[in-house]
Amino acid sequence: MISAMLGEAWLAMGANRLRTFLTMLGMVIGVGAVILMLAVGQGAQQQVQASIASMGSNLFIVLSGSTTSGGLRMGGGAAPTLTLADAQAIEELPSVSAVAPSSSGTAQMVYGPNNWSTQVIGSTPSYLTVRDWRLAEGFPFTDSDIRSATRVALLGQTVVQNLFGDESAVGKTIRIKNSPYVVLGVLAQKGQSLDGRDQDDSVIVPVTTAQRKLFGSQFAGTVRMIMVQAESAESMPAVEKSMNELLRQRHRIRENADNDFSVRNLTAAANTAAETAQVMSLMLGAIASVSLLVGGIGIMNIMLVSVTERTREIGIRMAIGARGNDILLQFLLEAIIISIIGCLIGVALGVGGALLVNKISGMAVVITVSSIVTAFAVAAAVGIFFGWYPARKAAGMKPIDALRYQ
Amino acid sequence: MSGTADAVIRIEQLHKEYETDAGPVPVLKDISVSVMPGEFVAIMGPSGSGKSTFMNILGCLDVATSGSYRLNGRDVGALNRDELAHLRNQVIGFVFQGFNLLPRASIEDNIALPLIYRGTPGDERLRRANEMLAKVGLATHRASRPNQISGGQQQRVAIARALVNQPKLILADEPTGNLDTHTSQEIMALFTELNERDGITIVLVTHESDIAAYAQRLVRLADGRIVYDGPVAHAEPQHLEATT
Repeated sequence: MISAMLGEAWLAMGANRLRTFLTMLGMVIGVGAVILMLAVGQGAQQQVQASIASMGSNLFIVLSGSTTSGGLRMGGGAAPTLTLADAQAIEELPSVSAVAPSSSGTAQMVYGPNNWSTQVIGSTPSYLTVRDWRLAEGFPFTDSDIRSATRVALLGQTVVQNLFGDESAVGKTIRIKNSPYVVLGVLAQKGQSLDGRDQDDSVIVPVTTAQRKLFGSQFAGTVRMIMVQAESAESMPAVEKSMNELLRQRHRIRENADNDFSVRNLTAAANTAAETAQVMSLMLGAIASVSLLVGGIGIMNIMLVSVTERTREIGIRMAIGARGNDILLQFLLEAIIISIIGCLIGVALGVGGALLVNKISGMAVVITVSSIVTAFAVAAAVGIFFGWYPARKAAGMKPIDALRYQ
Repeated sequence: MSGTADAVIRIEQLHKEYETDAGPVPVLKDISVSVMPGEFVAIMGPSGSGKSTFMNILGCLDVATSGSYRLNGRDVGALNRDELAHLRNQVIGFVFQGFNLLPRASIEDNIALPLIYRGTPGDERLRRANEMLAKVGLATHRASRPNQISGGQQQRVAIARALVNQPKLILADEPTGNLDTHTSQEIMALFTELNERDGITIVLVTHESDIAAYAQRLVRLADGRIVYDGPVAHAEPQHLEATT
């Protein structure tokens, strides 16, 4: 019975190929757009999430305040107000899991015939914990390296490539600002940061080495920045509050005076970025769904025309014994077949389009089985939903009226 | 010949009115008629006499306003839409003036169509359709489309379609109205054969006296009433008068 009806639906669709194709096109574009938009949206979302993960989680950055020198205001971090002792004090606060003071600068480094200029970060071993950064090779430096300000370094992947090429870097000695440094380890690949910087283009040395031997400082023991990691996202507000109180106390800031430091919550910013990406992704999907809806209405439109045109045929079928449900099923099947074939083509176009976008623009795309399954289910539902009304109209005709229709 | 329990058609005091803006208009008035198995009945009458409405009610395509109609022993007035469809499918075979074949489907598929609604399996459908094609002498045209064959051939296909479910009753509404005289004779010969050899009951509407002459019994309608019901051979000339 069903197979005979499928055959008839096929015949009916074949009888007016151009119209069938145009009806299908609505579904093709709708499904294709949904799949493409979901792929692009989810790609963007995934990229943002990867960047956030690479930054480290539950992070604060404490920056020293600005100074004014002869009417010239220096930016945040210029005042030598934060010290290593501040960092040690923050570490004692409850719910703080790791603290990494850092001062960084740019320096030229040489290995053999190669030289390279990059950012040198002076910090403590916990910097790796805070940034959730692993070593690909070798060992991290230790607290004793901090105490004695030894000349050791951890190199980022980009630096290794530029100085060593394919050679192994661990255990070699490079020269930074003409002093020899032993490469203790090589950092794992981290990729781009949220703002597009290459995080692998950096070198980490003990903070004391950076201060005393590399960049020098008029104020020994000061750092520009302290990274603080809280134990959990929930404890972040409490940590921020106690950190503020602690630093105001240590810096002896009077009741109404402004802070000489600033605390930034990186996680909040990151979460906002992630939420934005998700909202974007949803919105793209929603906009694309509208075209799916329009496609569905197109199907209903054509099916209504088709029912009217085939009134006489419906009458003949009823006269020779078709029940209302037989007629209903016949028209519903046509709508569903059009939807499903349109959906199949749409999936192919959507996936192809997403791959093309990826190839041309390099934009990340994520095609998930669930988005394809969803598009498919929605297409079938649209077919049934928009095919139902015309099919009902056909099935509800009086045999005698349908048969007399000219 | 009326009132017996095993009549194919048994109609008593049937009325039919159409609702119009000006109030109900009676079309059929107090019709009582029975048709026994194996009869060949011609229905004649001028335009507006109600013969088309009568035919539609006989075919379960329309329902009477009052009165009773028993088809093959079942009270048609008490049936719902699906049950009426079932009756049309299994008890009645329709032959129309305009053939009413599906233009897209092949001859074979057209004939097999009633079997689809009966739920007959595919290979059985094809076997039966081809059997019917052979019966109406069109075995070589099974794959043609209706527009590729002549009007007479199309009417043969329609008859084959009407026969495929082995109906008790064939209702033919001016089956020769669109055909030339020679083809009309061929079609009427086919009806006569079906009636005499296979014992199929036939009720046929016509406005031509020479077509009515193929039947055994004549029912003449005028103004919604039966004005003659008896053997064609005994009919008065005015009852056989051609109408347009």
